[in-house]
Amino acid sequence: MSRDPPWMRRVVPLSGVLLIVWLVLPLVPLVIWSFARGWRFPALLPNQWSLQAWEIALSARSGVLESLGITVFIAVVTTLLSILVGVPAGRALGLHRFRGKGLVELMVLAPVIVPGIAVALGLHAVFINLGLTNTVTGVILVHLIPTLPYMVLVMAGIFANYDPAYEQQARSLGASPLQTFWYVTLPAILPGIIVGGLFAFLVSWSQYVLTLLIGGGRVITLPLLLYTYATSGRNDITGAVGIIYVLPGILILLFTARHLSGTSAAVGGFGKI
Amino acid sequence: MTRVLLTDLTKTYPGTLAPALDRLTLDIASGELTALLGPSGCGKTTTMKMIAGLLEPSSGDIAFDGRSILRERPEVRGAVMVFQNYLLFPYMSVADNVGFGLRMRKVPKDQIAARVADMLALVKLPDLGARRPADLSGGQQQRVALARALIVQPRVLLLDEPLSNLDAHLRIEMRDLIRGIQRDLCITTIFVTHDQEEAVVLADRVALILDGRLRQYDAPDAFYRRPADRQVAAFFGGRNLIAGQAADGRFDSALGPLALPPGAPNGPGTLTFRPEAVRIGPGPANMLDATVVDRLYLGTQTRLRLTVNSTQVEAVLPPDQAEGIQPGDTITIHLPAAILWVMP
Repeated sequence: MSRDPPWMRRVVPLSGVLLIVWLVLPLVPLVIWSFARGWRFPALLPNQWSLQAWEIALSARSGVLESLGITVFIAVVTTLLSILVGVPAGRALGLHRFRGKGLVELMVLAPVIVPGIAVALGLHAVFINLGLTNTVTGVILVHLIPTLPYMVLVMAGIFANYDPAYEQQARSLGASPLQTFWYVTLPAILPGIIVGGLFAFLVSWSQYVLTLLIGGGRVITLPLLLYTYATSGRNDITGAVGIIYVLPGILILLFTARHLSGTSAAVGGFGKI
Repeated sequence: MTRVLLTDLTKTYPGTLAPALDRLTLDIASGELTALLGPSGCGKTTTMKMIAGLLEPSSGDIAFDGRSILRERPEVRGAVMVFQNYLLFPYMSVADNVGFGLRMRKVPKDQIAARVADMLALVKLPDLGARRPADLSGGQQQRVALARALIVQPRVLLLDEPLSNLDAHLRIEMRDLIRGIQRDLCITTIFVTHDQEEAVVLADRVALILDGRLRQYDAPDAFYRRPADRQVAAFFGGRNLIAGQAADGRFDSALGPLALPPGAPNGPGTLTFRPEAVRIGPGPANMLDATVVDRLYLGTQTRLRLTVNSTQVEAVLPPDQAEGIQPGDTITIHLPAAILWVMP
């Protein structure tokens, strides 16, 4: 960073401010709506304020809290499964050369390139046969399609800069395979797991089409519910639900901004292999 | 105190035809410091990793104190390897690095702290425990890596190119440190090097490996005075290699007939002798007339290039003996029979 030219040093904070405005500004009407009772066109602010929308949104009747629980559960399980698959896959792609590696990389990236709905339509038929439609399990499985590429990509970048000789050194010094993973491998790859895991969480969290198709309207996650409210004309409730829906993303961004900077190996992807 | 016996140890990597290491048999005495010497890619590090349990041999056996340890996993073998690039765990302090092996063995914390302090004192870095590895110089990292290995009281200590990443001044310091610690603790130690000088200075015995095969396993001076074959002699910088025929204590070559020491073999062979053993002036046997081609003053010694019957011979003399000898002169030299060595 210290070798950046002076103009760059001025541009970096500026772009930061721009980014925050870009992200935060659209949320302002959302917040205002959630506390509004009637907000007609020419008025700059609502003519009356109220907590009614929040009362409804947080009541059992609205289904928001129940939906929040399901959404969190699906996103957490999807993230854990992504880590479980993505770490060994990323290790294989980042550390080893093998026949057909290019093909495997392509297959890993394919879900990002091919439109998800096309895949999901094909999967739908398969899932019906397996009895996985309309179930949370089915939704979690289908969420793995868009989350895995991110996880594998991030872990491949981490492992491309990782020296497995550290593990040999640990074994030689008396660490069991499990101890070696815990004390040597895990600390080295943790930034990747955090970044990849957060990507996976957010991708699952914001999934609409795949959930709708496989969940069949039985598994109602927050984006589905939000859409229902948004099309029902209740802008105040939509605002409240929208804030509940957006909050985790903003919190995650704040907590992980330092891991997402260009200096972290976690964002190297295949480029560093 | 562990005796290490390698028997027909062989490693062939998948997808290759020639073995990286071919039937290596070595009997390393307890407490001995042994060098595995050879050019890069000759199978030295492969051997070391097999002893440490980090690589599985294709065939052959490794035994510590007469018991095969091939089935023992690396963490219980007690053969601890120090890698060439030290591999200090970057996110641990120096003290945590040194204490790593004891922590893995679930030794109580206060005992670990005491042992870590002892070890850091042993490698002469008593006050650096709180630092991070990245803040240390290469030489200091090397010492920490050594302390980290020694703290678990290994049966066998394995050092991969321990001096090659250090500059000349640190190299001597580290060499003396390794030698001193090894003597004091009496740990059977095997180190890998490509540098023959390093091997002969540091080791009790040297195993020279060329192209995956053991060529000579001997005390350091034997490689100079009694090399096993032409390639071994060449690896140790042998200059005077003269092809000929040995019969009945006599060697016939382009130099003319030479008397050999008793017990020399018969048949075709290569004669060798160290340049510094060549004597100027007449002697009781093996007198030769030599023409001086070239003279090189090296400070503590003078190197003469000579031709005898148009065969090149090299001699190294103390500078005072070489005084007055000029290129073009014809001088008499003699080769005492005791310095002659015939290789098959």
